[in-house]
Amino acid sequence: MQKQNKLANFEEAVLPHLDAAYNLAHWLTRSGTDAEDVVQEACLRAFKFFGGFHGEDGRSWLLAIVRNTCWTWLQHNRSSQLTVPVDDELQEIESKDLDPEALLVQRADQLMVRQAMEELPLEFREVLVLRELEEMSYRDIAHITDLPLGTVMSRLARGRKRLQLALTNQMTRRS
Amino acid sequence: MSCQKAQELIHGYLDGELDLVRSLEVEQHMHECEICARTYRSQTTLRSSLQHESLYYTAPEHLKKRIQSSLRKETRPEVSRRAFNWRWLTAGASLAFMLLIGALVWKLAPTSMRPSTDELLAQEVVSDHVRSLQMPGHLTDVLSSDQHTVKPWFDGKVDFAPPVKDFASQDFRLYGGRLEYLNNRTVATLIYQRRLHYINLYIWPAGQAGSSREVASQRQGYNLIHWTNSGMNYWAISDLNSVELQEFARLVQAGQ
Repeated sequence: MQKQNKLANFEEAVLPHLDAAYNLAHWLTRSGTDAEDVVQEACLRAFKFFGGFHGEDGRSWLLAIVRNTCWTWLQHNRSSQLTVPVDDELQEIESKDLDPEALLVQRADQLMVRQAMEELPLEFREVLVLRELEEMSYRDIAHITDLPLGTVMSRLARGRKRLQLALTNQMTRRS
Repeated sequence: MSCQKAQELIHGYLDGELDLVRSLEVEQHMHECEICARTYRSQTTLRSSLQHESLYYTAPEHLKKRIQSSLRKETRPEVSRRAFNWRWLTAGASLAFMLLIGALVWKLAPTSMRPSTDELLAQEVVSDHVRSLQMPGHLTDVLSSDQHTVKPWFDGKVDFAPPVKDFASQDFRLYGGRLEYLNNRTVATLIYQRRLHYINLYIWPAGQAGSSREVASQRQGYNLIHWTNSGMNYWAISDLNSVELQEFARLVQAGQ
């Protein structure tokens, strides 16, 4: 009986956030089938640790588990993607002036944006997805990614710069 | 405000994460500086192209069903039917009767015939170990060879602070950590690696303070060692040979 209650409570608190879970997993794994596996595994884990959930924000609670499951999964299955040393390599990009005209970005179609996002290193992709697609606060993002607030802000800033650079480059090439 | 500072803060401003004073400073600066104003404009454009609904992946309908059915499997056998059903009452009654008989037999049986707590625990440890290696991505929740990453990860997830040490110099590399449910409680699990072998080390507070000697055993081809030290229970399991696992256990004990 208790287990049945637990299941009902769990479904009520967690399943409404399945889209968010899938969206994050899809962006991190870059594949629909992989995202499904990861989300399923994450939900089973979430259920196992549901005792530790005390009615706080169900979405960020679930997303933190999904995020961890994704990283572990990537480590086992796509470890080559994780080897980019992220924090030290951006200097050369930052030193250039790359504030492109807003017009250029406006012309970017969704396909290009998607592709540019998918090519971003994982560390930037995850904070951008959480911020722009899930519209989460820095505090929630920090909780989910287990990063300090300052790092969340600087990763967002760098991620956006990279994204903008990628889009500008693509469009310059095209025109 | 310098441009450099403004360029940093524009993102916080865009995300509505700055306090009022800072926000006003950024606005003021953008009034005066066309470059930063342009950065802001292009960032808002970038944002609006990211927030397009075609970039949001919604979960396919079958995924929800798939998860629900796997959750039901997890909770079996209790979960089956919500509606009251007479058949279940009879089933329940006979189950209760069997339990009563079972309890009687249990009570009457000599203690030596019952599996000891340690033995039951060892069974749990073995199946958990096997499961952790079988399922992809199940081995670790936090993947790091840095004890200063793994230790704080447990903070707030368990109600005790497990000692976390890396023994890489002795060739037992810390691989990560995760939470497990053993012995009716959440326990901290550390994963170590020696060559191609993984060691799961389960840690949780013992009922009482004190220490006990290590006990080694073997089950289904796995070596197990458990001991109590300063009020903490430790269970180590691996397919590593017993000598090296013993060495690992000594290291852990010396490291505390």
